[in-house]
Amino acid sequence: MTTPLLQVEDLKMHFPVKSRGIFRRVVGQVRAVDGISLHIDSGETLGLVGESGCGKSTAGRSIMRLLSPTDGKVILDGVDITTLSRRQMVPHRRTAQMIFQDPYSALNPRHTVGSIIGAPFIVQKVKPVGGVRKEVQELMARVGLNPEHYNRYPNEFSGGQRQRIGIARALALKPKLIVCDEPVSALDVSIQAQVINLLQDLQQDFGLAYLFVAHDLSVVRQISHRISVMYLGHIMETASRDVLYSAPQHPYTHALMSAVPVPNPQLAGKRERIMLQGDLPSPINPPAGCVFNTRCFKVQDRCRVEVPELIEVAPGHQVACHFPITESLGTTLITGPNPGLTEQPDNAPDSPNAAATNAVFEAGAEPWAQRQS
Amino acid sequence: MSFLEVSNLQVSFPTEDGIVHAVDGVSFSVERGKVLAVVGESGSGKSVTSQAVMGLLNRKATKISGSVVLDGQDLLAMDEKDVRKLRGGKMAMIFQDPLSSLHPFYRISKQLVEAVRVHQNVSKSDARKQAVSMLDQVGIPAPERRIDDYPHQLSGGMRQRVMIAMALLNNPSLLIADEPTTALDVTVQAQIIELIQQIQQVSDAAIIFITHDLGVVAEVAHDVLVMYAGRVVEYAPVETLYGQPQMPYTLGLMASIPRLDRDPDVRLDPIPGNPPSLINLPSGCSFNPRCTFSDQVADGRCSVELPDLLSAGEGHLVRCHLPIEIRKALSAETLAALNGGVL
Repeated sequence: MTTPLLQVEDLKMHFPVKSRGIFRRVVGQVRAVDGISLHIDSGETLGLVGESGCGKSTAGRSIMRLLSPTDGKVILDGVDITTLSRRQMVPHRRTAQMIFQDPYSALNPRHTVGSIIGAPFIVQKVKPVGGVRKEVQELMARVGLNPEHYNRYPNEFSGGQRQRIGIARALALKPKLIVCDEPVSALDVSIQAQVINLLQDLQQDFGLAYLFVAHDLSVVRQISHRISVMYLGHIMETASRDVLYSAPQHPYTHALMSAVPVPNPQLAGKRERIMLQGDLPSPINPPAGCVFNTRCFKVQDRCRVEVPELIEVAPGHQVACHFPITESLGTTLITGPNPGLTEQPDNAPDSPNAAATNAVFEAGAEPWAQRQS
Repeated sequence: MSFLEVSNLQVSFPTEDGIVHAVDGVSFSVERGKVLAVVGESGSGKSVTSQAVMGLLNRKATKISGSVVLDGQDLLAMDEKDVRKLRGGKMAMIFQDPLSSLHPFYRISKQLVEAVRVHQNVSKSDARKQAVSMLDQVGIPAPERRIDDYPHQLSGGMRQRVMIAMALLNNPSLLIADEPTTALDVTVQAQIIELIQQIQQVSDAAIIFITHDLGVVAEVAHDVLVMYAGRVVEYAPVETLYGQPQMPYTLGLMASIPRLDRDPDVRLDPIPGNPPSLINLPSGCSFNPRCTFSDQVADGRCSVELPDLLSAGEGHLVRCHLPIEIRKALSAETLAALNGGVL
């Protein structure tokens, strides 16, 4: 078996919560990432999805060693980088680079595009053949920027173009892995596709591997080969793209899938939604047992006591649940090509939403209509 | 006459760099009990349109023309003081970011009670009772306890429910929701959409739902208005818009968004280029520099002459120079391509 490009074992990233007052005693821990394991092979994309606060960005930053993990191991290209110092990390930065969410704050407004994209060469003391300027202009052309804009400042570019600048900078040192932290969520819908396609082309050309951190399940499906679903610092399920979207086994994955709106009014009223009740528990004081047990619609006594292990249920498909869902949940999922999409509506019904109230309501969430009386 | 009738609305802001034509000739109507979705990217004028309807634009700093007729009254011709009496009462708004729309220093109770007492002559304790019952109706658990929380003590979804409760307190007959789910997680978004659908069915209010998310539109809307660079480019009932989108911009959006019901192995087909500057709009059709079909129109008409918003079927308006047969063919082709070319 070949060793993967990135191997993460039981990674934990806890942040201390300090008391007020002069002593600033540590009174608790935010368990942002609480024991995740994953691996990425060369040239593949692993999607890391979850809702805000689930720890997906912290996971990405710990893997990049922008943070110092509390526990666990990060092995990048055969080297254990978990406890390397800042200086010791420098040579390994060439292997892994990062693209950030907000293309406005990720670029220094006082530097020209040329010096932003060229900075990695200076920092790493690399002298590209033909000079930095030529190399930077080639990179700019590769990501779809006009190389003549070398001396412009970031504020002269639109959001999509700025994201391209960030991508060019990440590519400069020819890394093997790029951690993309929500790279398209700040972009307009018509620009998102341009950036997704660019990332896919670059992967093809340079054999890049991506850790693609995002909250949008439709975007993640478009770009990932495999996907891990995170909740409250834990990985709930990992599977290949097609398996995860057609036969997920974790109740949380089901709930997420059913909540994604699909741009098809003919499906809108017919899909059953699994409504999660309540909010994400605090990562300072996570629930005992399975972290999802407070909101799970399949919860049983065992879930409140015993933490489920991430178990391999099929080759490449791991689930952390005591009672995984193996049967189909009816109309919850929509996958792949859908025959209804191209059909013409013969008669437009008055209210496409009429059937929407068929959603599964758990205790305590009566429809608004019933409470109204 | 529809309940809300907006005709030829134009809004422009003078700035140092020139005049920003944020909204240029927008007309639409909404009936009670119906949901109109307004779709567009940032800078398309969708939020400014809603602010003009609500009377939230500074009349001194903006140039507004056209008419906004709500239940027989032209809001643009009315005195600002009279519009203020309607706002929060007959018409109400839900904003995108509930954290910056609620006052951080005041308890929820104070803000809700004030909202009631501005429009109704009731005692504080009666207003509080109304507020508690409204919080209960929008699905806030233990409302008599939560009402005394400060906004920061609530989660994002709960805050959005408080915003919705505040908007509904005076039983509005026009409700404008400006990107109400954009700041929320997908599972919370589903809860809020469900709530808005229930409100629509029960309250018989006219609802304008502003969003950039075509998935959300398909879930909630009856009619859809697609805006680009301050103009309406397509206006249709929801089934028609998704079944046979005809404006190349709408088609481009459909082909470029990742969605769960398309084949993920088919590459996304993005709209090239960037949205135009509203100060310096392209001549002719504002979409023509990004349109991949404009070469099919003779004599370069697209870059010279602004197409009119013309009928393309029942209740279906499209702003495009392409002949309707070609548009229909392109539409079928684009939708089929999403399924990997299977017709």
